[in-house]
Amino acid sequence: MTNSFEDLENTKLIFLIGSNPTEAHPILGVKMKKAIRNGAKLIVIDPRKTEMAEIADLWLPIQPGTDIALLNGLMHVILNEDIYDHAFVGERTENIQELKETVEKYTPELVAEMTGIEVELIYQAARLYAQTRDASICYTLGITEHVVGTMNVMSIANLAMLTGHLGRENVGVNPLRGQNNVQGACDMGALPDVFPGYQKVFKEEARKRLETTWNVSLSDRVGLTIPEMMDSAIAGNLKAMMIMGEDPVLTDPDANHVHKALESLDFLVVQDLFINETAKLADVFLPAASFAEKDGTFTNSERRVQRVRKAIEPLGNAKTDWTIITELSRRMGYPMKYQNVEEVFNEMTTVNPIYAGMDYQRIDKKGLQWPVPTKEHSGTRVLHVGQFTKGKGTFKGIEHLPPAEVPDKEYPYLLSTGRRIYHYNITTQYSPTLKEYQPEELAMVNPEDASHLQLKDGDKIKVASRRGEIIVATEITDRVPKGMVWMAFHHKESPTNVLTNGAYDPVSQTGEYKVAAVKVEKYN
Amino acid sequence: MSEIHEQQPITLTIDGKQVTVPKGVTVKQACEFNNIAIPALCYDPELTSLGSCRLCVVEVNGFKNLPASCVTTATEGMVIQTQSQAVVESRKMMLELLLADHPMDCLTCHKNGSCLLQDYAYQYQVKGELFAGNKHRYPIEDDNPFILRDLNKCIDCGKCVRVCSEVQGRHVLDYAYRGYEMKISTAMDYTLANSDCVFCGSCVAVCPTGALVEKNMVGKGRSFEVEKVKTTCPFCGVGCNFDLNVKDGRVIGVTSNPDSVVNGRHLCVKGRFGTDYIYSPERITTPLIKKDGEFVEATWDEALDLVANRLLAIKKESGNDSIGVLSSARCTNEENYLMQKWVRAVIGTNNVDHCART
Ligand code: SF4
Ligand code: SF4
Ligand code: SF4
Repeated sequence: MTNSFEDLENTKLIFLIGSNPTEAHPILGVKMKKAIRNGAKLIVIDPRKTEMAEIADLWLPIQPGTDIALLNGLMHVILNEDIYDHAFVGERTENIQELKETVEKYTPELVAEMTGIEVELIYQAARLYAQTRDASICYTLGITEHVVGTMNVMSIANLAMLTGHLGRENVGVNPLRGQNNVQGACDMGALPDVFPGYQKVFKEEARKRLETTWNVSLSDRVGLTIPEMMDSAIAGNLKAMMIMGEDPVLTDPDANHVHKALESLDFLVVQDLFINETAKLADVFLPAASFAEKDGTFTNSERRVQRVRKAIEPLGNAKTDWTIITELSRRMGYPMKYQNVEEVFNEMTTVNPIYAGMDYQRIDKKGLQWPVPTKEHSGTRVLHVGQFTKGKGTFKGIEHLPPAEVPDKEYPYLLSTGRRIYHYNITTQYSPTLKEYQPEELAMVNPEDASHLQLKDGDKIKVASRRGEIIVATEITDRVPKGMVWMAFHHKESPTNVLTNGAYDPVSQTGEYKVAAVKVEKYN
Repeated sequence: MSEIHEQQPITLTIDGKQVTVPKGVTVKQACEFNNIAIPALCYDPELTSLGSCRLCVVEVNGFKNLPASCVTTATEGMVIQTQSQAVVESRKMMLELLLADHPMDCLTCHKNGSCLLQDYAYQYQVKGELFAGNKHRYPIEDDNPFILRDLNKCIDCGKCVRVCSEVQGRHVLDYAYRGYEMKISTAMDYTLANSDCVFCGSCVAVCPTGALVEKNMVGKGRSFEVEKVKTTCPFCGVGCNFDLNVKDGRVIGVTSNPDSVVNGRHLCVKGRFGTDYIYSPERITTPLIKKDGEFVEATWDEALDLVANRLLAIKKESGNDSIGVLSSARCTNEENYLMQKWVRAVIGTNNVDHCART
């Protein structure tokens, strides 16, 4: 997030696109509702009538996969009516001409046709966003989980720059990060192209520094992303994998493809708490400790680094993930000597500039928001104040591209996926309490489709895509539009990702979870 | 608060002592600024004040009645007594009335030791024997796995009503019926399980008595028996903090930690009630090695030696880049740091990624 949770409580307009915070980020939902009670306006862009959509001032029910068209349409109106932030555009950005040329074509009328949103709503949303000084954009996976995910994000940046909604309090472009430490895992360099602190592996300076600290020589070649690893395994080039704390068979798109990839490996090690769907395929399973059994830190969506504290000893014979790694490393001829994780953290801060000024004492009570370059620095609530990291913000003209797969005669329904409040990706199913309350997935089906398919609430359906099929019970609700089936992916009994499309964004390599074509029939 | 402090201070007398407080504060706040504790059951700094429990009454010169200090604004020259006989008598009377309709089962109550009603009964030595009246006999609501609701212990303070609407924005609870029948209820008097409740448990966090408690913790440990360990939620990217409650080396549940910078006392159903996955019967705590298609238990040495040797062999045979590693958005920063370090420094490849995209 460019900004902080506190800003979301104080903002005057929340522009929520592809995000369902009351279920996926409940406490953020609470904060947004507080802002709304204090008078903030709310624009929601979502194909589903979510809880936030119900309380929104403007709800734009969008046809999935048409976000760029809509964003261009909004900018078309903003430019046409000359309600953009001239000062911001002039001082802090470049290349406005390219944007103007691109969005020119996206008239509200055309956009209405492409997105299924009424023309009048497009005008209203554009004016409201552009003319509210403190307006904050929040988005989640509804934006990124498309083949055009990166371009969606760039379009959002265009909109925020055009209206000067960046670089100060109570505004910003705020991706709400899904998992507890997805921010931290990225910050730590658990990515194929960057070292800790987003330093590119092919840049000599950073590599040299790490080589000295770690006393090894390092590869300058960008590594494989998850989808590339899967393809490479099937092609026979990738021979072995180690997977820590993830269940790609359940959570990655096109599960059958992932399954096949992992089966092609010569050697698979899984380090986890449970024999999850991925672990079933492993040659060796290493039992890890839960968050309650270890010390460390997590970094949340607002870049706040906070302590995880050990409450109990690891259960049974389990070991913390960090101990397992150090023991493996020693056996492979590279001893890692740490007395505790605090020493690991301290080493990390010496090679990660955005964490440089942190230590356990400083983050003990309230955490710190990176970047924290020095011990004196008190953390960063708002990014890009005065200047962007790379100097001027560059507008990019971005054209609409359709999803990789759209409904057709054979697969007439659109499947979209997401999260539910009672579950969290892959761990909560092991909570006896949560499992008792919500034991199974209920696919959402629109009443009109239900009557066409002769379904009653709770009836089972067979959902099939080009990649696989599953059986799932249904909930009939007008929260989903006609023609759409919506499912979460938490339950291994109804593994939604058997259906989803493995097509992915060429830059971020994020799978297109939000749009797949499926056929649906009643299952008896 | 900051606005209040910027204004002119005022001077008043509390328990015979002249004090200066910021203009605009309540009498209760004025007392608390000066380290004079005022009892209260329905007051909560995060919620609107009702002045309905009347435990916070004080004596103010010139006032006919004893005002509730949480809803009375302090003014220049006020003379306040917080411990006068009239005040103490009044508080005792309120407590007598509450206890007259309260099941006296502190012996088995989960809130024993952290119950405000018990604290004040003890402090004022009120036994609840003055009035022998009817006691409610509501059935205990236990048809959901999260919250145990015992309205017999409810003192109608209304904090649950207010926190649900004012903080969670849910409006699940309200007062229903009148007179002796009055109670806190959902719309249509359904159970929470059949209402719009999302089991965030904020009502449990603010309830001063044993009327709302964490179902899973009942009988496992009372507040004075547990060690509380503040940590960060393992589920979503909001990063709420809470206390793990530990007794005899076992986590028995989660309670709010008001010093949590992101979330205060508020959590969602997952953070508050979902961490019991730690003890899932499906948890595996022994290394396993697959032999003939079946996992067999192994020692750590066997498992780690096998992994190390196989990886070294594959590295030698097919090159560093023939090995790929998935780190984890669920693990700590330290673990992710070490994992990528291990991949880069020991395996010698940049083939490390994690589910950054879900
Ligand atoms: S349930 Fe608890 S919080 Fe709610 S009114 Fe009763 S005593 Fe107060
Ligand atoms: S658990 Fe949350 S939603 Fe349910 S009644 Fe309590 S405060 Fe309201
Ligand atoms: S308690 Fe709920 S909202 Fe808070 S971090 Fe955990 S999962 Fe997210």
